Amino acid sequence: MSILHAKNIHAYFGTNHIVKGISLETEPHQVTAIIGPSGCGKSTFIRCLNRLHEETPGARAEGSVIIDGENIYGERVDPVSIRRKVGMVFQKPNPFPGMSIFDNVIIGLRLTGEKNKEVLASVAEESLKDAALWDEVKDKLKTPGTSLSGGQQQRLCIARALAVEPKILLMDEPTSALDPIATSKIEDLLSKLKKKVGIIIVTHNMQQAARISDTTAFALMGELIESGPTSSIFTAPRMQQTEKYITGRFG
Amino acid sequence: MKESMFDVSLRELKELLLRMSDLVERSIEIATTALEQQDPHSVHKVFSLEKQINQCHLMVDAQCLNLLALQQPLAKDLRLIVAIIKINTDLERMGDQAVNIATNTERYLKQPPIKPLVDLPCMFAEVRAMVRETFTCFVQNDVALARSVVKRDDRVDALKHKIFLDTLEVIKSDPAKIEQGLSLILVARNLERLGDHATNIAEDVIFAVTGEDIRHAPRVETMIY
Repeated sequence: MSILHAKNIHAYFGTNHIVKGISLETEPHQVTAIIGPSGCGKSTFIRCLNRLHEETPGARAEGSVIIDGENIYGERVDPVSIRRKVGMVFQKPNPFPGMSIFDNVIIGLRLTGEKNKEVLASVAEESLKDAALWDEVKDKLKTPGTSLSGGQQQRLCIARALAVEPKILLMDEPTSALDPIATSKIEDLLSKLKKKVGIIIVTHNMQQAARISDTTAFALMGELIESGPTSSIFTAPRMQQTEKYITGRFG
Repeated sequence: MKESMFDVSLRELKELLLRMSDLVERSIEIATTALEQQDPHSVHKVFSLEKQINQCHLMVDAQCLNLLALQQPLAKDLRLIVAIIKINTDLERMGDQAVNIATNTERYLKQPPIKPLVDLPCMFAEVRAMVRETFTCFVQNDVALARSVVKRDDRVDALKHKIFLDTLEVIKSDPAKIEQGLSLILVARNLERLGDHATNIAEDVIFAVTGEDIRHAPRVETMIY
């Protein structure tokens, strides 16, 4: 049974039709990678999966995204509650400036009204452990999140996303600003995290998609060309456009 | 569209493999013709060709390793390079089988022939054609031809079986002919192995072109007697 089922998603910036009817299902305990050339709509598509796209002035989305049997585009659905279920990590690490490592992690939980210090401390520890950062920061939780290295900051953002116990984690090029060692740590982390949370990752790095994902989807000019088991997509894709793109003979 | 650096490397790799397959084909031609015409004088060429084949074997492997490490090929490129690595091994072993045929021929022709060669020339022709077609299907990405090569291997196997039985009869009737009879049986065995290697290559071509792995798929055997 899928944990997320996006059906016929269309996204627009003003009159620009960016995502043209993409449907995608993701399974539990799996990493789904979305690949495709710049401007193909892959980042816009995942921003539709937690209703972040519509926050941009002039932007709108159509279609439905079913999570836990509920359409997140339903009339009475609060977008903020959706973002608790569907966390997001961005290309550039964005810890909140002026906030300690600890506060960065539990900010989401605090905003939901949680005040119990023991609960907050326990969630912070668990989230930092899940993000493979605990051992590196446990003695300096009160120092600013921005004092960490780029790779650590990105894992802090992952811990922050995990603290509200999302069902799904969206990651938009989460390692593109990191060096190979920090990238490798995040990739290792994803293989562990997927046991807890479904992961959808947008990446330009095809080797990364091949290494870390169970399912790969290829998008082109706003459309989903092909999706399937990663091993099949990278060894014997069905569609010629996919073949051309992943062998670098596109255009 | 201008060839990318990767495409140039891939083309050069295929050209090297074709040079190697040409050496293998010549080697088989010389070894089998020597026995067919009962003229052992040319077999030394097989031994020198084998050295060149071995050189190519190392070069192809090195180029494949480089392409895998530096270009990280995917999809049809990845399948092609994986297929070439395997084809390379088969070609090298085909060179070894040609040497074995040459050695057995030399041994056999040290004494007068023990029997007229009837089925062996048929097997020579069958294997040469099979090898030629295998290389053609690689060059032309011809999947239909590759499938026909795979089927053809059954005929080679049947001929080997017949040569085994006939030669055994000759040996049984005159034990003095054991050594030469054994040479003929070994040549038939070498030819059968050549057919197997050609089949492997045809299967690799099908995989490289289509992504379909037909190895170990059940086949209808067509035995001919």
